Amino acid sequence: MSKANTIAPRDTAAPRNFGTILKDLDWRRYVIYIGFVVVFLFFAVLLRDQGFLSPNNLLNIFRQTATITVIAVGMTYVIACAEIDLSVGSVAGLSSVCTAMALSQWGLVPGILAGLAVGLVVGSINGALVSLLGIPSFLVTLGMLGIAVGVAQWITASAPQPILNDTFNTLFGSGNFGPVPGLVVWSAIFVAIGAVVLNRTRFGRQVLATGGNRNAAEFTGINTKRIKFQVLLISGMVASVAGMLYAGRLQSGRFQWGSGDELSAIAAVILGGTSLFGGFGSIIGTLFGALLIGLINNGLILAGLDSSQQQVVRGAIIILAVALARKK
Amino acid sequence: MNTADNVVEMRSISKSFNGVPVLKDVSFDVRKGEVHALAGGNGAGKSTLMKILQGVYQADAGEILIGGKPIAINSIQDAKAAGIGMVFQEFSLVPSLTVAQNIFLAAEPLGTGGLIDDRAAVRRAREVFSEMEVDVDPRAGVSRLGTAYWQLTEIAKALAQNAQVLIMDEPTASLARHESEALFELIDRLKQRGISIIYISHRMDEVYRLADRITILRDGHRLLTAPLTDVTPEQIVEGIVGKKIEGQLSYRARDHVAHDGAPLLEVRGLNAGQRVRDVSFSLRPGEILGLAGLMGSGRTELARALFGIDKVDGGEVLLRGKRVNLASPQQAINAGVALIPEDRRAQGLVLEHSVQDNLLLPLLGRIQRGPFLDGAKAKELSSSLIKRFAVKVAHPHRPVRLLSGGNQQKVVIAKWLGTDPDILILDEPTAGVDIGTKSEILDMIRELASAGKAVIVISSEYPELLAVSDRVLVLKDGSIIRDIPRSEIADEEYLQLAVQGV
Repeated sequence: MSKANTIAPRDTAAPRNFGTILKDLDWRRYVIYIGFVVVFLFFAVLLRDQGFLSPNNLLNIFRQTATITVIAVGMTYVIACAEIDLSVGSVAGLSSVCTAMALSQWGLVPGILAGLAVGLVVGSINGALVSLLGIPSFLVTLGMLGIAVGVAQWITASAPQPILNDTFNTLFGSGNFGPVPGLVVWSAIFVAIGAVVLNRTRFGRQVLATGGNRNAAEFTGINTKRIKFQVLLISGMVASVAGMLYAGRLQSGRFQWGSGDELSAIAAVILGGTSLFGGFGSIIGTLFGALLIGLINNGLILAGLDSSQQQVVRGAIIILAVALARKK
Repeated sequence: MNTADNVVEMRSISKSFNGVPVLKDVSFDVRKGEVHALAGGNGAGKSTLMKILQGVYQADAGEILIGGKPIAINSIQDAKAAGIGMVFQEFSLVPSLTVAQNIFLAAEPLGTGGLIDDRAAVRRAREVFSEMEVDVDPRAGVSRLGTAYWQLTEIAKALAQNAQVLIMDEPTASLARHESEALFELIDRLKQRGISIIYISHRMDEVYRLADRITILRDGHRLLTAPLTDVTPEQIVEGIVGKKIEGQLSYRARDHVAHDGAPLLEVRGLNAGQRVRDVSFSLRPGEILGLAGLMGSGRTELARALFGIDKVDGGEVLLRGKRVNLASPQQAINAGVALIPEDRRAQGLVLEHSVQDNLLLPLLGRIQRGPFLDGAKAKELSSSLIKRFAVKVAHPHRPVRLLSGGNQQKVVIAKWLGTDPDILILDEPTAGVDIGTKSEILDMIRELASAGKAVIVISSEYPELLAVSDRVLVLKDGSIIRDIPRSEIADEEYLQLAVQGV
């Protein structure tokens, strides 16, 4: 961007033409946006007769990616901090189950609190094990993935827990706020808060510094253990909200909700330009990463591919996008 | 010049990055069995020239001759095949493998059925070490060896690949004095065997001790190539800096030390780990205290304990007469202590982040408006720091990784001085920094002390220590063995003897 003219040397007076400016532009950082536009246009032309561009379908894409987007916002913090959280999908499942059960027993507010409590407890345990005992987050959260989904299945005896509370369902995913689907509003709120906190607060800066060079952050007086704890707590809490969004949209709690979401969320984060090695993170990039995945899913369904073919194409596109975005 | 003697000849090399010329028509040659010193300030083009020779970059113009024949070096593999070996400044060894496994990494001797023959590797590694006349166990795990052995392993690795020319970049930067001496002797032996060495160093005494010829680069040009017998140290310094610096390494008495005032810092009977034992001293405002001692004497560990990184096991620390608990860097910072760590890349900077982000990391509280960071304030503060410390950077948003070593160090210092500490501890503040920046840093230290701060300087370069310190503490095995006022230290030799404990 402005980089192009700031590095111009003193002694070369030659005017910079458009070509060199374009060459200097670090387009790898924007590859997710380029990819998004390319895929969007591709589907828009290819699937114009299948109603791809209809407002309803476009809203659908947003709706379907909302939970992934929400989870991926939390995941961005974890990955930018050079950690990983594999437990998010099953935390969402456990949260949906606990919310549903507490809701039918004690009502709306206890239901919501029960869901949040799942994120609080699991996130705290993850964070404490990683920051205090120094166990790699990959292993801690891999174990927690099994524990959370196991507990969810156990306490429900594998049975779905229906939610009959209309207020809850309307609030968490089934309803609209004005003309806008509730799920879209939820993901917008999470993206907005996530982006502001990561870019514009002290905490966000310290997360990036801890992920970029933990040693230097520690020497700078940043309590990196606390930061690591906090990002895993955030990720757990955010995943538990995503679980409630599943519960509200599908009007039930079930241990399978969210299963496999950790991989989609990680893919969205990496597609969005957040470094897998920590130190860099972009929430807006993550949003577009999630939307790109949703776009591909939607387009492939409309194109009439069956689910096995969808998986192949989706995998190939993700690898291609990350390959293009990688640093030279 | 007789081309036949030249193992390496680089002719009229030019290179630019993004239109910025970094090397302009530079010629450089190395004769068989000579040590050729390469000097120049930061950004003079030394590392670019060497990276071209190693195949990391390709020259825009010019040619490279190896043994008199023109050759294209397009990759690191090409350079290796041509007999160019590099002893890396940041060591390029795999810590989890053994010495022998590292030496033959990617060139493992194969036995029957194409499997790696580890025994042959160990045997051949032993041969290489015995030719070098050093004693290293090829089966030892690299992670358990000290830095000096890492370097020997690096050299052995290059020699095992039949390197005829070794590039050494600041090889003594992380070595203790006796280890450096052993390295010099090794270099002498390699010379006798006809191995040529390109020796990059900022340390004048080493260059004179080792080198046959010197080439000085300035601003991408070759300033001179001459036998060392024909140039004086002043000429070299002048060549590097571009102007005569006189007395930059000489002590200037400052009258700001409050000799009778209450001490700012008092350390009583401090114990921490194995390397800090019963250390007591005090520090007055305006005073610069030098810490001298051999590698492992506990200098760095004392600094770490005072900054709350290492756990204190006993004793007390008083700031302005009040007892303080320095259990974490946060507490130390809040108490007004700042530490400029010895390893700027690993401990001082987030290399991939921008200069501005690095500068502001300890100052985030100062650029907040409500819960948010204020972009305008951030820009203002970072620009003022960049200006105040004369950091050479095109734009505050450039990654700090792209800066030269000297400028990176300035960023670390600026970052800490931004916090306005009362007590500043600098651990090897000028390691791997060119002589121009070095004198700037020393001047900064003097200025700070004159402004009433208390400064502790740790350095293994005695001239530097003597140039700034008002008082020198000599550490040995974790204890203070001498406390000498600067006026009683006649010269470097006196301090040297004190450090050796004679």
